[in-house]
Amino acid sequence: MNPGRWVVRAVPWVWLLLFFLIPFVIVLKISFAETALTQPPYTPLLEWGQSVYPTIKLHTANYLRLAGDSLYLDAFLNSLKVAAVSTLLCLLVAYPMAYGIARAERSWRNVLLLLVMLPFWTSFLLRVYAWIGLLRNNGLINNTLLALGIIREPIVMMQTDFAMYVGIVYSYLPFMILPLYANLEKHDVSLLEAAADLGCRPLRAFLQVTLPLSVPGIIAGSMLVFIPAVGEFVIPRLLGGVDSLMIGRVLWDEYFLNRDWPVASAVAISLLIFLVVPIMVFEHFQARARAAEAQ
Amino acid sequence: MMGRRSWFVFTALLLGFAFLYVPIVSMIVYSFNESRLVTVWGGFSTKWYGQLLGDEQLLGGLWLSLRLAFVSATLAVVVGTLAAIMLVRHGRFRGRTWFSAMVTAPLVMPEVITGLSLLLVFVAFAPLPFMPGSRGFTTIMIAHATLTLSYVTVVVQSRLASMDVSLEEAAMDLGARPAKVFLVITLPLIAPAVASGWLLAFTLSVDDLVIASFTAGPDTNTLPMMIFSKVRLGVTPEINALASIMVGLVAVAVAVAGLLMARQERARERDMHAAAAQRP
Repeated sequence: MNPGRWVVRAVPWVWLLLFFLIPFVIVLKISFAETALTQPPYTPLLEWGQSVYPTIKLHTANYLRLAGDSLYLDAFLNSLKVAAVSTLLCLLVAYPMAYGIARAERSWRNVLLLLVMLPFWTSFLLRVYAWIGLLRNNGLINNTLLALGIIREPIVMMQTDFAMYVGIVYSYLPFMILPLYANLEKHDVSLLEAAADLGCRPLRAFLQVTLPLSVPGIIAGSMLVFIPAVGEFVIPRLLGGVDSLMIGRVLWDEYFLNRDWPVASAVAISLLIFLVVPIMVFEHFQARARAAEAQ
Repeated sequence: MMGRRSWFVFTALLLGFAFLYVPIVSMIVYSFNESRLVTVWGGFSTKWYGQLLGDEQLLGGLWLSLRLAFVSATLAVVVGTLAAIMLVRHGRFRGRTWFSAMVTAPLVMPEVITGLSLLLVFVAFAPLPFMPGSRGFTTIMIAHATLTLSYVTVVVQSRLASMDVSLEEAAMDLGARPAKVFLVITLPLIAPAVASGWLLAFTLSVDDLVIASFTAGPDTNTLPMMIFSKVRLGVTPEINALASIMVGLVAVAVAVAGLLMARQERARERDMHAAAAQRP
């Protein structure tokens, strides 16, 4: 193998090993440690006493705490529920949009796609912030409804699950639209024409032809929304209520407020275990899409 | 042909785009509001823009974020392009599945996990030579490059996969060395993908709050970190002004890029036609 080829291979491998794989090994290690008043604030896993061989100290206390304290389990379940509902809502909003863009005139398609992408290029934090201005008690929506006389009292929307879902769907919508569009755009329209010629009504043609063909797009988009949404921190923190605890917030607080690195690590590892299956599904579909592209 | 179904799709598109743009438009409108009360219209004013330009702290954060994004995007483009070349051109090497999984996993990994794991690795590496001893610019930069190189790889990879290998092969047959083939043939052909990968990496880095919060040192405050602490305290009109400027810049950049790309595409088509006409 020539030296150039060697460099091409070594650089990405070394980078990913150092900053992707080894970090997870270290998180795993620290999740078995105990908090200590040292710098860094956890106990070492291996201790060299008098003997030649180190003694391994595995503390399972962090995991026992996660399993024993209902706060953590509730946060996990709540995060899974919020992510699942958000994914479904995203799909319901994104599918007609992606379908509409894919069936629009060719010259319009790129403009519409650009309009989908444009908000994505501006700051995510500022887009979430924009919703605060709309949803607050004296925000735009409440003021408009009050002025029109539709309501007498402002509707409380901020710090509720409703606001959180709106924020998540809004922020993740492009991630659902783009894979769906990529799939729907490739469909052969003659299949639908054939179905129509054979007397199939449009709705039935959609359910029996288009929908089954778009399953890979639906799965890819759903994974792109579901997996990061489970660990979402910013949106629940800014828009969601105090009582609906998400696991991303728990991890954040354990690290930043409690300075408990071992428990934060244990939360990260548990979350990762929850997400292994969805991540593998995502990887599988990524690989399949690439194989199709290479042909 | 405007059937019932087309009307449904048309309405869905209209509502969908309204959903995407109403918050942004209302933010821009209120950035010109005279009143401090965000929801009461007090007349047209640009005072919040003036206040924004006088806010040294916020501008400092912006400058830090832009520098971070520039360096980390450049690094991500180098490593990400190498990874894409490896995945597309080096066939089925050993550990390909693992490598491919490591490249794409950061795309979906929850940010809190990536942030915590990178922080812990920086703490563990701190005593080693060639590694940043304390947290700050370098650690955020490495963290952002790691996150964004996945995006670069995906973008460049799809361009490489759709590229005609015969051009590279022809150059090789004519005796060009691999490095020269890469610089003269491959790189110009994948340049648009590399450029859009760089832009994507740049915006993701400017935007990131969670990973930067984990990997930042005590005196590195990026723009999103400052915005976050301001927003937590309530809505401030200054932030509306900042957001409007960012939306405006992005809209102009996207429009220019779109026009340039359309022009390039037309020129390429013309060249192809001309080339076809030359053929006997």
